[in-house]
Amino acid sequence: MIELIQQYGLAYLFTDGQGFSGVAMTLWLFIISVTLGFFLSIPLAIARVSEHFWVRWPVELYTYLFRGTPLYIQLLICYTGLYSLQVVQDNAMLNQFLRNALNCTLLAFVLNTCAYTVEIFAGAIRNIPHGEIEAARAYGLHGWRLNMFVVIPAALRRSLPAYSNEMILMLHATSLAFTATVADILKIARDANAETFLTFQAFGIAALLYMLLSFALVGLFRLAEHRWMRFLAPTRG
Amino acid sequence: MNQSAQALAAHPTLVTETRPAARQTVVAANANVKLKVQDLHKSYAEHQVLKGVSLNARNGDVISLIGASGSGKSTLLRCINFLEQPDAGVITLDGISIEMRQGRSGTQAPHQAQLQNLRTRLSMVFQHFNLWSHMTVMENICMAPRRVLGVSAAQAQERARMYLDKVGLPGRVADQYPAFLSGGQQQRVAIARALAMEPEIILFDEPTSALDPELVGEVLKVIQTLAEEGRTMLMVTHEMGFARQVSSQVLFLHQGRVEEQGGAEILDQPNSERLQQFLSNRLK
Repeated sequence: MIELIQQYGLAYLFTDGQGFSGVAMTLWLFIISVTLGFFLSIPLAIARVSEHFWVRWPVELYTYLFRGTPLYIQLLICYTGLYSLQVVQDNAMLNQFLRNALNCTLLAFVLNTCAYTVEIFAGAIRNIPHGEIEAARAYGLHGWRLNMFVVIPAALRRSLPAYSNEMILMLHATSLAFTATVADILKIARDANAETFLTFQAFGIAALLYMLLSFALVGLFRLAEHRWMRFLAPTRG
Repeated sequence: MNQSAQALAAHPTLVTETRPAARQTVVAANANVKLKVQDLHKSYAEHQVLKGVSLNARNGDVISLIGASGSGKSTLLRCINFLEQPDAGVITLDGISIEMRQGRSGTQAPHQAQLQNLRTRLSMVFQHFNLWSHMTVMENICMAPRRVLGVSAAQAQERARMYLDKVGLPGRVADQYPAFLSGGQQQRVAIARALAMEPEIILFDEPTSALDPELVGEVLKVIQTLAEEGRTMLMVTHEMGFARQVSSQVLFLHQGRVEEQGGAEILDQPNSERLQQFLSNRLK
């Protein structure tokens, strides 16, 4: 056990000698996925609740596809499927981008978490009391101002609990990255296991690391909820 | 009290003898009409809610819209700032009519820039307050002045404090969320929010109907202060006593039409049988 930690401790946390690995890589995957997913999902969520069919419909199809298929399959399609297409190989830019395993993984993760986040935010937008939107209109807010100053802030606050859940699920979903040779926590655990046969310890350390990360995330969201959801306090009892 | 109301009060015979339609033309001839509503129609599917309603508000008028539920009084108010699209009719503010354009789906839609202009000049107070629940009282009041009128943050906050004071709320509520306040306090915040736009006309849509009876008084007191300041207001209300006290004009709506119209005295001496019925049905 001591040897395992001595040999793989650094790899579990930070680097395996060739680049970032372990916790650092998992956090990198997580932060990039949820950050890009977050910013993409806001305009998409607004489109998702649009009254115009042709604005709403493509987003609906997108979230349906990505919520309707397993992330692992999405990752396989991004990692190996896309690159097997002649069109992709012939396009210099796509070729360059998809040849990198980390890029493929991030692409799959961003598209996946974004699809779930769109539905969370769209649901929150629908839950804003109608009168509040009406008041905003009556006071001359419309178009992007209405969205920017009233709809989005109201929806984001209301979606915090559901969104924190999605974040934790996404953190755990990053463990699929090892299948695309990305050196995240699980990849290091598998390497350590293969080398030392200390299976329980190797995966146990990985589990512990994920647990600590989740714990930190839950704490952050608790702070955020305390700060941004205070407005609901009396009605929550 | 407003001049014309005094004039009407001084000549009760004029009021009782003139038929509503005739009186309306007298008012229309008056030059300083601020807001003019002409022949407004509105229906939902088959149901005709407004069947040609007109009114004229001069500067300083306090117009009460009364009538049974379903008479179209709230719809009338909501058509004035286009929260509901009227099917036909003209809204004119300071002599400039809102242009209606044929929308894509065949419905009429107001000219967007004109509509925005209108909405910054008419503020609305809602039955259910409709405060933005995720914003503090201060943020609620500052929102539209800052984001619509472009007032600076410091100036908007100064305004907000002034109007909070005016509606009788202590400065410490500024940092609270609406859900922490009583209904009466929330409605007073909503009135402060309306005032912060420094509107030319305030529309009140049943401002006390959602309040517990013991909270009605504090809100009516604020509205009365505003009436005494000579602000132009249109108010849908069920508070007959209050309407009698503050109104310069009363419009009684029945089944989508103005059934009777006149000064506040029509509440004491109704001409039409319907208004008589309406008033006697209300236990006072």
